Amino acid sequence: MFGFGILFGLLVIPLIGAAFILMLRGDDEAARSNARWAALATTAVTFLLSLVAWARFDTSSADFQLVESHAWLGETTLFSLGVDGFSLPFVLLTTFLMPFCIVASWTSIQTRVKEYMVAFLVLETLMIGVFVALDLVLFYVFFEAGLIPMFLIIGVWGGKRRIYASFKFFLYTLLGSVLMLIAVIAMYWDAGTTDIPSLLRHDFAPSLQTWLWLAFFASFAVKMPMWPVHTWLPDAHVEAPTAGSVILAAILLKMGGYGFIRFSIPMFPDASLYFAPLVFALSVIAIVYTSLVALVQEDMKKLIAYSSVAHMGFVTMGLFSLTPQGIEGAMFQMISHGLISGALFLCVGVIYDRMHTREIKAYGGLVNRMPLYGVAFLLFTMANVGLPGTSGFVGEFLTLLGAFQVSFWVAFVATTGVVLSAAYALWLYWRVMNGPLVKPELQAIKDLDSREIALLAPLGVLVIYFGVQPQAVLTAFAAPTQALLAYAYPAVTATAALAGFQ
Amino acid sequence: MPVEITASGIPLYALPALWPALPEIVIAIGVLALVLYGALRGERSTGDVHYAALALLALGFVLVVTSPAGTEVTFYGAFVADGFAKLMKSLALMASIVVLAMGKEHFEKAGIARFEYPILIVLATLGMMVMISANDLIALYLGVELQSLAAYVIASFHRDDARSTEAGLKYFVLGALASGMLLYGSSLVYGFTGTISFPEIAMALSDGASPGVIFGLVFIAAGLAFKVSAAPFHMWTPDVYQGAPTPVTAFFASAPKIAAMALAVRVFVGAFPTIVEDWRQIIVFIALVSMFLGAFAAIGQRDLKRLMAYSSIANVGFALVGLAAGTVEGVQGVIVYMAIYLFMTLGVFACILGMRRGGVALETIDDLAGVARTHPGFAFAIAMLMFSLAGIPPLAGFFAKYYVFLAAVEAGLVTLAVLGVVSSVIGAYYYLRIVKIVYFDEPKGAYEPAPFTLRVVITASTAFMLIFWLAPAPLVSAARSAANSLF
Repeated sequence: MFGFGILFGLLVIPLIGAAFILMLRGDDEAARSNARWAALATTAVTFLLSLVAWARFDTSSADFQLVESHAWLGETTLFSLGVDGFSLPFVLLTTFLMPFCIVASWTSIQTRVKEYMVAFLVLETLMIGVFVALDLVLFYVFFEAGLIPMFLIIGVWGGKRRIYASFKFFLYTLLGSVLMLIAVIAMYWDAGTTDIPSLLRHDFAPSLQTWLWLAFFASFAVKMPMWPVHTWLPDAHVEAPTAGSVILAAILLKMGGYGFIRFSIPMFPDASLYFAPLVFALSVIAIVYTSLVALVQEDMKKLIAYSSVAHMGFVTMGLFSLTPQGIEGAMFQMISHGLISGALFLCVGVIYDRMHTREIKAYGGLVNRMPLYGVAFLLFTMANVGLPGTSGFVGEFLTLLGAFQVSFWVAFVATTGVVLSAAYALWLYWRVMNGPLVKPELQAIKDLDSREIALLAPLGVLVIYFGVQPQAVLTAFAAPTQALLAYAYPAVTATAALAGFQ
Repeated sequence: MPVEITASGIPLYALPALWPALPEIVIAIGVLALVLYGALRGERSTGDVHYAALALLALGFVLVVTSPAGTEVTFYGAFVADGFAKLMKSLALMASIVVLAMGKEHFEKAGIARFEYPILIVLATLGMMVMISANDLIALYLGVELQSLAAYVIASFHRDDARSTEAGLKYFVLGALASGMLLYGSSLVYGFTGTISFPEIAMALSDGASPGVIFGLVFIAAGLAFKVSAAPFHMWTPDVYQGAPTPVTAFFASAPKIAAMALAVRVFVGAFPTIVEDWRQIIVFIALVSMFLGAFAAIGQRDLKRLMAYSSIANVGFALVGLAAGTVEGVQGVIVYMAIYLFMTLGVFACILGMRRGGVALETIDDLAGVARTHPGFAFAIAMLMFSLAGIPPLAGFFAKYYVFLAAVEAGLVTLAVLGVVSSVIGAYYYLRIVKIVYFDEPKGAYEPAPFTLRVVITASTAFMLIFWLAPAPLVSAARSAANSLF
């Protein structure tokens, strides 16, 4: 229609919804309710449209599909959009989670509702843009622009230390990504274009690759976040409103991993091989160290934030193992972690809305009063630990499988992280849910209401479904992974085939 | 002096072609008429002169925009009208028009509305147009002085206010020093090359430059750095910006910056293209110092005008990154940067002028506290302008930086580019702090309703920030062809 395709529609619909909400007048209860419903309807329509995109997508092809190009900065820098097997699942994850974010904020956000909904809808456009951009400059624009709404979401609707957290979030990630801008420019002058498919076929000189890889790494490692540049994450998570935490953990962090698989690994193969040991070291430290840190946290959100850092360690480890299992596992882990961590933050939000504290000590024995909540929280805790049968298991298992082919010791140490994650997650569950209900203020706490069940049930179903049917997601990754390794890493692929790993 | 034929082929006794300078001539005659009218009618003429000056500048703008394409040299090679001059002049004229239009209420409320103000603005604008079209060292100095002398007077326009008079005096003393350096440098360049014309200087230096020329070049660079308020010649900027009446500060931050930057581009690219390696290091140094000084020094500021002074120092630093490249892309970057900077600055100053409570103009960042609750649209505009100044995409300010760094990396100035983006992160802190005050803090009370012109300027500049990324092509290609006319 008018030369614009589905992906363009995905970018525009949230903006239309945002514009509609901006036009609503008044700040009474009716206007707030209208804003909420409008935002929910917009995100639902966007999700449905992304399902259409999924239906039209051919998972057996490694090419970019649904491609469209519009005039933009010049002949070599176009407004081009497209998806492949790596990016479409993230688009779906984004559009799928957005309605949950809106519903999760239904009652907990009572001030400046219109602005809140507008910020989320704009953020949705920018996040989708990151995953569908087929131009490097366009990608950068979307990648950076997301900072603005997120800064406002944390700063306006956040907790007590929201200002500190929002500044730290903004400046930390900005410093990481400006270096990428210079790399983007350098790539433009080297290849003469910023078109991503062309850049994927361009051979960068090995010495240049090193610098470009480091610049991109600075950006994605902060976003991911990898140890030791992860410190912004716990602060941002703790202070953000529930839906903000969900978006941060489920989608914004995945932009780092997506960046590695889209740019660093296929475009700079020499540098990726060269730096893989560094990534392994940082990943393993992240897995073990942040798991240990998570053990001693007293704030539930902070604990989940540290566990996110640990889980992202599995992702980077899997990606840079440069094996089919490792890469597919890492991609799966990101999708799965998006669902699980999102759900865990929603779970924390449920009791935070009731008691207005996230201190683990303030709770105990909740299962006596909240059996349904107990079931949901247990399910997602177990999925976070990586219990077989949940989606969390598949990702961790595959990334470990990938890492094992490269280095026994990396896989060995990372596996201890699995044990540690069981320790902190179960201990958290024990302290919050089990035991006698002694605290008087918890006596009157109510179980999940229908809105909260509607929030958590679909996520729970998906977590189990992907746990027993991982192929549903893995099929999307198979073709592009194969193509990537065959094109950029022919040597690695050949040795792996010889050794019988294929 | 015997009659001879100059390089441009015009006999010296003939009347030079006037029409390439038609906009300047029209404005010059018009402003002299306004002086007479004002002097005859006295204070009653203030309103008339204001509107007449606006009309005169608008007429000049139309004449510049409709002037024919192509390069014309006249006044024996002293004056050049080319694509670059056309674009920069239209930007400078636009800035002057906007500043003049939005300052009226401020002067009336402060009780210092006088007919001299619009006349001085027009005279300064005329000086800027001469600067932009200057093609030899004499025209350069003429333009700079005409602009500066008018500027010194309007800096101290609030003559009963100690800070305003201090601003004017400081500006004058330091400005005179800079003019002296500019003249000294010019005389050295003339002495060592034997010519004052930029193209002829370039020809004389085709085999490289003697130390004497380099010495002169350093002085010229210092004088120009003063005029664009680049560090380490920025010392006057914060005091003058803070002390001058706010519309005057808006003027200093916008139009003369365009003209001075255009002049710098013309001098370095037009007169010294063969010794790029020699002046590049000077520009790189000035750019680096400006970016970092602007970023760090603004952090501690509580006065908005002072903060904007440091912000403009940093912005000039970024624009100079493009000049340091010394290529077509570099000049294109400078033009795009200055154009976007112009929109941002005018928008910010319109916001500052709109901050008024109980008849008092507010000027500190704390007065912005919680504006998001009382004036959501105003707050949104400030936030977008600040994010744009910080260079966050997809706002226009990002593309300004993108194009200068594009040029710098192409010219191999990667270290400069890396340091530049790092300084932009430092600078982001104080822009963010303003957003924080606007959105996160508790409100202090509503402002008086802003005049219509201010609302138009704020809306237009914010819309520009938001929409630019969807259609950047017109400005970018205009800048490209303007830059091409210099090479």
